Amino acid sequence: MQFHQTTLPNGLEVVAELNDDVFSVAFGFYVRAGARDEFATVSGVSHFLEHMAFKGTERFSAEDVNRIFDEIGADNNAMTSEESTVFYAATLPEYLPKTFEVQSSILFPTLRQDDFDMEKKVILEEIGMYEDQPASVAYDRAMQLHFAGHPLGQSVLGTTESVSALTSEQMRGYHAEHYRAGNIVLAVAGRTEWSTVLELAQKHCGHWPSGGSPRTPIPAQSAPSTKYIVKECQQQLIIQMAAAPSGSDPRRFAAELLCVIVGDDTNSRLYWDLVDPALAESAEVGYYEYEGVGTYLTFLSGSPESMKSNLEQISRQFAAVNANGVTAEELEQARNKVATRVVLRGERPMGRLSSLGGNWLSRREYRSIADDLAILRGVSVEDIQQLLIEFPLAQTTTVGVGPLSE
Amino acid sequence: MLVPGGSAFDLPGHNGTATALADWISRGAGDRTSREVLAELDRLGVQSRETASTHHLAISGACLSENLAPALRLYSDVLLRPRFDESEFDAVLSGVENELLSIEDDPQKKVMVELVRRCYPFPWGQPNEGTLADLENLSPESIREHYRRAVRPNGAILGIAGHVTLADVLPVLEQSLSAWSGSNELVLIEGQRGPHREHLPHESSQTHIGIAYPAIAYSDPDYYAAWAAVSVLSGGMSARLFTEVREKRGLCYSVYASLNAMKDRGQVLCYAGTTAERAQETLDVLRGELVRLGDGIGEDELDRCKARAKSSLIMAQESAGSRASSLSRNWYHLGRTISLEEVRSKIEALTVSTVLDYVHAHPATDFTILTVGPDELN
Repeated sequence: MQFHQTTLPNGLEVVAELNDDVFSVAFGFYVRAGARDEFATVSGVSHFLEHMAFKGTERFSAEDVNRIFDEIGADNNAMTSEESTVFYAATLPEYLPKTFEVQSSILFPTLRQDDFDMEKKVILEEIGMYEDQPASVAYDRAMQLHFAGHPLGQSVLGTTESVSALTSEQMRGYHAEHYRAGNIVLAVAGRTEWSTVLELAQKHCGHWPSGGSPRTPIPAQSAPSTKYIVKECQQQLIIQMAAAPSGSDPRRFAAELLCVIVGDDTNSRLYWDLVDPALAESAEVGYYEYEGVGTYLTFLSGSPESMKSNLEQISRQFAAVNANGVTAEELEQARNKVATRVVLRGERPMGRLSSLGGNWLSRREYRSIADDLAILRGVSVEDIQQLLIEFPLAQTTTVGVGPLSE
Repeated sequence: MLVPGGSAFDLPGHNGTATALADWISRGAGDRTSREVLAELDRLGVQSRETASTHHLAISGACLSENLAPALRLYSDVLLRPRFDESEFDAVLSGVENELLSIEDDPQKKVMVELVRRCYPFPWGQPNEGTLADLENLSPESIREHYRRAVRPNGAILGIAGHVTLADVLPVLEQSLSAWSGSNELVLIEGQRGPHREHLPHESSQTHIGIAYPAIAYSDPDYYAAWAAVSVLSGGMSARLFTEVREKRGLCYSVYASLNAMKDRGQVLCYAGTTAERAQETLDVLRGELVRLGDGIGEDELDRCKARAKSSLIMAQESAGSRASSLSRNWYHLGRTISLEEVRSKIEALTVSTVLDYVHAHPATDFTILTVGPDELN
């Protein structure tokens, strides 16, 4: 595998990890524009804009975009998160030029009014769909509560009210401010030549407006808070959040391994305490990194009757870990587990792309699979002990969705 | 590893047997406790999964090739020497119950589980996850009995793909699986299918619509034509359902059709989720598009399906896990493996007229329609 990197004169950063042992090539445009970059008045605009990208450009109509990707069998899509909007595709190497031409053009859509009005209906349906999923409701509310007053608390989809009120003029303004070459990373993984990547980037992205990121990360402070949303359900869901290292903190690897040890979906401490004996349907702890902040997120689901004692058991387990750390044996198992995930995810260019693009967008950092494995091997029991001093496992924010009212 | 004995073989009133077995079987095996089994899987870096499908108990794992031999030895313990510790049984049952309750809370999942239950004759539509009302009938004895009848070498299929040769693994398999003996004694009593039309009330934002209509088996010579017909409907973002239901009318976010091809039968399963007030229009448009397929298919539509299939076939080769599962699947359905070249030539040979012949022979009719949401539709 060969790593390459360059920056175009307009500021577009290009990174590539090329590999002749695979059959396909994947690429993605990582735009530093997500829910955290929105003012509350335009909540949901990043995600709505991602949908509008597929509604046509000056050169390609919406039908052209969908048809051309299907004609060449490209596996393409886009996604929006709190941090970024990503437009990605995987394709056979011979179709890379065409796929690239279309996928790069849709970042600058026409934004016609009738398309905007029609797509608004689709977004409102998407909001309705997630409202019917208790876990999505719990996640949105937990982020809102944990990051109260901080832009990370804003919902990616927005609300029915904010999306209904959004105008295409507001969307144009947001697009002009965020879709600038210096605010975008192009990442390419898999089977192609670096010269091909450079040629395509210059040809299709060289004219993009220059300009950098308007984002200024602000620190987050989370005060303990609790909110239960009563919903007629069979099960009770609870999400808890607490402060963890940020995306630029070297302790993030220790935080990831700590979460695997304490709250992986199988063979973790909470798995043996709560899931194996079926006291809970799931009890997991994950580490989530953002620019400037990070969180431990605990997800608990099961019968309403068992929730109180399950939360108490999580408290006890967190207290035990905070006081005594983890064992060398636990750490070794977690390392092997994560190493397998890294290697298997890396089988496909699409799997490598998410690591390549994500690392460069948030840290201007390249890590090969071998680098990742070396970092994992380097995390010690003491590193985790040190991490827990500043970032202990905690239940700072609690949100429940289900029959329970407290 | 596919072992006959999936949810279709759960005895009447005992739906959930296969999924309970899939959980219990790995909770302690050979000289290892439940905890030691999982610790060993983590030590070897195996991503492991045990589930019940309609036909099979499916046990699968992915790991680095240097750990394959010890991983296979561990799996042979799980298959041949499960401990079936009774102290674990309540947890197994509660686990099945928790999963079923979570489906009750997720109308998008529930509509498809219940659609499958209704569109096939019993027991082919029995949910792999089980049925809440049947759980009280499951006992340690009934699960052990299912294990004794089902988990036998005849009919079991092991597919391996990746950085190994048969010569590497054969000695390990001979050593660890040669003691496996007996023949399965699976009983299957076919019964009635469910109602064609039903509404399940649910306090949800959206109405979730499921539609099914008859298709063909995986081994049918017309399988590729059936696949193409569904692909014209739902194969990509330029396919008909996405274009007509979502792009042109903005009726929903999620709409799709998929071919559910079993050993000797099949159905096309369609889904759309939409806010209650637009649900009737969504159902009408969706049903109209299914029927309209019989009016004709464009050359360009079929060409796009072929292009998508060729690309995805090649990309699927990049994952050892997906290669192993297609090996086992083809061996089960066809009794042989299929080369990439064979699939490619069959797809290449499709024409608009062969696909239309299939659609006319198996038209979108005899619908099963299920809705989950606030209001019933016409």
